[in-house]
Amino acid sequence: MLELMQQIVNGLSLGAIYALIALGYTMIYGIIKLINFAHGDVMMVGAYIGFFSVSLLGTNIMVAMIFAMIACALLGVIIEKVAYKPLRRATRIAALITAIGVSLFLEYTTIFLLTPQQRIFPQGAFPVHDYNFLGLSVSNKDIFIFISAIVLMIILQFIVKNTKTGKAMRAVSEDKDAAVLMGINVDNTISMTFALGSALAAAAGVMIGVYYNTINPLMGILPGLKAFVAAVLGGIGIIPGAMVGGFILGILETLVSGYGNSLYRDAVAFGVLILILLIKPTGIFGKNTGEKV
Amino acid sequence: MLKVNEIDVYYGAIHALKKLSFEVEQGSIVTLIGANGAGKTTTLKTISGLLRPRSGSIIYKGTDITRIAPAKIVEMGISQVPEGRRVFAAMTVLENLEMGAYLRKDKKEIARDLDEVFDRFPRLKERRKQLAGTLSGGEQQMLAIGRALMARPSLLLMDEPSMGLAPLLVKEIFEIIKDINSKGTTILLVEQNAHMALSIADKAYVIETGEIVLQGQAGELMKSEEVKKAYLGG
Repeated sequence: MLELMQQIVNGLSLGAIYALIALGYTMIYGIIKLINFAHGDVMMVGAYIGFFSVSLLGTNIMVAMIFAMIACALLGVIIEKVAYKPLRRATRIAALITAIGVSLFLEYTTIFLLTPQQRIFPQGAFPVHDYNFLGLSVSNKDIFIFISAIVLMIILQFIVKNTKTGKAMRAVSEDKDAAVLMGINVDNTISMTFALGSALAAAAGVMIGVYYNTINPLMGILPGLKAFVAAVLGGIGIIPGAMVGGFILGILETLVSGYGNSLYRDAVAFGVLILILLIKPTGIFGKNTGEKV
Repeated sequence: MLKVNEIDVYYGAIHALKKLSFEVEQGSIVTLIGANGAGKTTTLKTISGLLRPRSGSIIYKGTDITRIAPAKIVEMGISQVPEGRRVFAAMTVLENLEMGAYLRKDKKEIARDLDEVFDRFPRLKERRKQLAGTLSGGEQQMLAIGRALMARPSLLLMDEPSMGLAPLLVKEIFEIIKDINSKGTTILLVEQNAHMALSIADKAYVIETGEIVLQGQAGELMKSEEVKKAYLGG
């Protein structure tokens, strides 16, 4: 029992990271119905910015995270304007292929500029301690990841629920034409969504740097895909769904590594995707809403 | 107040509106009646800026709004109650109304208009925390109207407000339209329910396959043999 608790605690920080990435996936899907396959790579760019902020500028990890979030918010807006906006009226498959193009572009531009070599987060950036309570061992890095992720989710939830921009985002997600009739600027609202989603991905990137200690230009692929699974698991387009899906997937992965064989970790994650698509394609929180006429 | 001059609107290759012209006078209720697919909704969408005419112009209060952004058009005082209500189903009643006032910054006046909408539609007040998607069809129509009023429009465009509603509710909605008009808002009403529309309108235009085929005072059109045969069922 104690060991099970321990595994779940270990899974919480990984789950929080997946949840943060999944939030961006789901928000962007909600507003333009695009699976932004470049999202994991935005996370990677965030990890690099965090890394350079710590190693070159000597900032602490919180400041590094804020830098990464700001830079990636901008990157997200630029990606949307340059790559996706011209395709707004094109078929969805065209936009999807473009997203894969953007993903490869980010990966290989980073390799070109920074070499494919992995980099190690400087030891001083985050001295690790383990704490014990009630027989459970928790490291300060897990606590840091978990708490910052929760704080970011609360901030996001506040923005989406209570601010004018957040309400505009929900209105545009639901019905673009009706939103236009309210005087909402759809382009700005979409930009704002990319900015928010990308900033969350950047925060997750820095967290992954802290979690695994190393970063490399292709580090965004697998967590990106798993966050996608998490978003689908929770119900794509649904914000609380992304959070819950992220935590479930993170904990599941840790349990598989802890009790079974860590080699099956990825297989289980993608098995979840297959199962959810077979059993309830709308995800845990999704429902088939009929329209009233 | 509003002057539509010979607009041509296309959906791809389909010529939806052909040199369509009509006028809406300040303070009046003008109705555009016609069958399904005649181009009524297209006309309203073009006025709101969702569609662009290939030629022709739309003049509102002396300003050419033909190529102005939809948000600007709302700001200038034209708001729309779209066909099928199009309320934001996953948002609360209150949030829907707030969206109607999206471009306004005068918080006090917004609060006043909100009270006014709630006075007009007490059902909405009771359900203000409820998701719009859980409302009945009639309540959703009221919400759509309330939402458009929150922009404090001078000209209200209404697209088939009676669609899908029970006869009693239709009557109620038309009473509301008359009342909104009596408080100073000009109304351009698009309807398939020609009888109801003609009974409250001052002026009417009959539209067929993108062209105005008849126009006149609503009372006269009601008596016209052509209109009776085609739209009033006898």
